[in-house]
Amino acid sequence: MDIMRFLPTLLDGAWITVQITVLAILLALFMGFVSGLMRLSGVWAVRAVASVYIEIFRGTSALVQLFWMFFVLPFFGISLDPFTVGWIALGLNVGAYGGEVVRGAIQAVPRGQYEASIALNMSKWLAMRRIIVPQALPAMVPPWGNLFIELLKATALVSLITISDLTFRAKQLNDQTFQTVEIFTLVLFLYLAIALVITGVMRIVERWTGRGLARGGIK
Amino acid sequence: MSDNVWDWAFAWKILPRILDAAIITIEATLIGFVFAAVLGLLLALGRRSRNPLLSYPIAGVVEFIRSTPLLVQIYFLYFVLPEFGVVLPALVAGILGLGLHFSTYCSEVYRAGLDSIPRGQWEASVALNLSTYRTYRDIIVPQAIPPVVPALGNYLVAMFKETPLLSAIAVVEMMQEAKIVGSETFRYVEPMTLVGAIFLVLSLVSMVGIRRVEAWLRRKIMG
Repeated sequence: MDIMRFLPTLLDGAWITVQITVLAILLALFMGFVSGLMRLSGVWAVRAVASVYIEIFRGTSALVQLFWMFFVLPFFGISLDPFTVGWIALGLNVGAYGGEVVRGAIQAVPRGQYEASIALNMSKWLAMRRIIVPQALPAMVPPWGNLFIELLKATALVSLITISDLTFRAKQLNDQTFQTVEIFTLVLFLYLAIALVITGVMRIVERWTGRGLARGGIK
Repeated sequence: MSDNVWDWAFAWKILPRILDAAIITIEATLIGFVFAAVLGLLLALGRRSRNPLLSYPIAGVVEFIRSTPLLVQIYFLYFVLPEFGVVLPALVAGILGLGLHFSTYCSEVYRAGLDSIPRGQWEASVALNLSTYRTYRDIIVPQAIPPVVPALGNYLVAMFKETPLLSAIAVVEMMQEAKIVGSETFRYVEPMTLVGAIFLVLSLVSMVGIRRVEAWLRRKIMG
């Protein structure tokens, strides 16, 4: 079987894919929380900045954003290596979707919780940190999980800016050996395996954020 | 680095070429979506089948397609099918890949719609001695589809934004045209930015359209 011959090369590529996925997830979480909270700000200009970010990154295609950062930024004197462009572009893209997830979950926390925080003389920041966000977290976890899977799938795009990730290696092996069926089937299953790991981790996170909540949710 | 980063005259000159290529993008989106919408309904119905030999494999395939990258699936169709004697032009392979990938998303949408139909509708159909096929065709599906149209619309826009992937198998859609222009003229700023702007405008316009349809449907369903 040739599969054993392909596996080391593909696993090397899978490792790059995992690295990009993890870095992009961290950036997406950061951008998602920042832009989501900014959209709930009382200051008009802060809301506007977040909206522009979210609409631009949700409104254009991930590949367009990747190519734009790869081909166009050097003309503005910013030259990043492909790996950095890869995870930053994907993180910014998914972060924009995450911003809407964060906003939606926070808005779903009942108004009474805000009112009670005010009655207890909590500052806005303290109320967010101690009361609102912890209650919004359980509702955010499943949609974030879906976004992370989308992100993993989108990492295949970085092969088009010369990063030797899993998809890039597959394409290369295919050009060399023409064992098309074996290579691409194997690659699809490797992606599936990574996706299953993400799903498993998100299950654990779900249980962890849901602890201490009344059964049946917040009334 | 050139001193003027953005050249309006150049942008204006290449705009017709990009817009010509946009026609391929839109064509791929629409044909791919019709395919996705039809196949998605079949998958959703198959997954509800009481025969486990039908429902389990479908559930597995749907999860598999949803968890793996569209780009690899497009490569798969483009490079693997010829091994079985099926040689497809790049555009057809690409549209097939888009349609297949998004049919799994559509099937989830339909599933939610089908699940929301009250049991009583089924019981009434049994009481009227309708066959399963007729119940689906005349009772269940006509009630299940309209409420999920906006969700389907979201996937239409999502699919539109995935069409640049076709450039990876050398379909000359907007992105590929922009790359060609870039490699001919060594100016990437204008073509890439134009493509981004066209995507932004078209997806914002279609989101507004979808919200209109949503509001119209809500009025219609509410009576």
